[in-house]
Amino acid sequence: MAKVFIYPGTSLILSDLVARFGHRPLGSALAVREKVQTPGLDSPPLQITPEDPKKGLRYAAVEVPSGVRGRMALYGPQIEEADAGIIIRDADLAFGCMGCARTNELVRFLLHRREIPILELTYPRSDEEGVRFVGAIKEFLAGLAGGESS
Amino acid sequence: MSEAAAAGTVPVRAGVRPGSVAKYVFVDSPDLTAADLALRAYEIAPAVQIKETCFGLVVTGSEVEVERLVTEIRKLDPDRIFVKDRGFPPGDERRCRANLGGARPGFYGHENEMKLVRYVSSGLRALRDPKKADLLRAKPKKQDEPLSPERLHEIIEES
Repeated sequence: MAKVFIYPGTSLILSDLVARFGHRPLGSALAVREKVQTPGLDSPPLQITPEDPKKGLRYAAVEVPSGVRGRMALYGPQIEEADAGIIIRDADLAFGCMGCARTNELVRFLLHRREIPILELTYPRSDEEGVRFVGAIKEFLAGLAGGESS
Repeated sequence: MSEAAAAGTVPVRAGVRPGSVAKYVFVDSPDLTAADLALRAYEIAPAVQIKETCFGLVVTGSEVEVERLVTEIRKLDPDRIFVKDRGFPPGDERRCRANLGGARPGFYGHENEMKLVRYVSSGLRALRDPKKADLLRAKPKKQDEPLSPERLHEIIEES
């Protein structure tokens, strides 16, 4: 079973397909869950402590807005952990404030820089595109360690 | 924070237990409603906390129980039931719209993708259809790719 980073991190479709084809999707939910469940930290409401932006410094410089560093404190370790990545190019739902936008660019850049297998797609807008979309993801995931063909 | 909470033996907050997982179950089926899913889910896993919603369910519990529940519930309509992880447990006051007002953070993303899952369902159905084998192997269409610098150069040369 490979760990597959999904972009956008909140994507229902990618999360479902990666898990359905036998791999582990790495997305926002897992990072947030780790935060909200960790006992011993008590920094309400989201248990984001001053340590987190420091972790983000590993990925973004200090003059970068703290929102980017905060987000990278969640996504950065997942990108390092990932064995592969799936990126949806036209993910309008990932649009947000400048912190979100810069984080999205940085996430895609870091994924490419890691030189792990990456699949880039666009959302399907018809049944035929849906078939191609699922086919491409299935083929990509089957080629990873622990995939159906290995 | 008390010592017991710090040790992880009691929930840090109500419904938040270290090691528990929460998942969304979305259904987009003409044959199945969220209420049908909830009834079946209660039968399969009584130890899992189940919340029925307009789009399906939010389930919370131990990882083993939730995985079993999800596997079983998918069988009801494998191509039209979609599952994803959730960070917060259901009803958590930090995310629940009952406390915050307005749509729950993340709702718009789900709303956006739920308009497209019908096409993904078609793709999943095609995996079992030998007539669609060629289409499944086809690469995504060329025009979906961003314009390459080489192609831009060709266009400039042609004009």
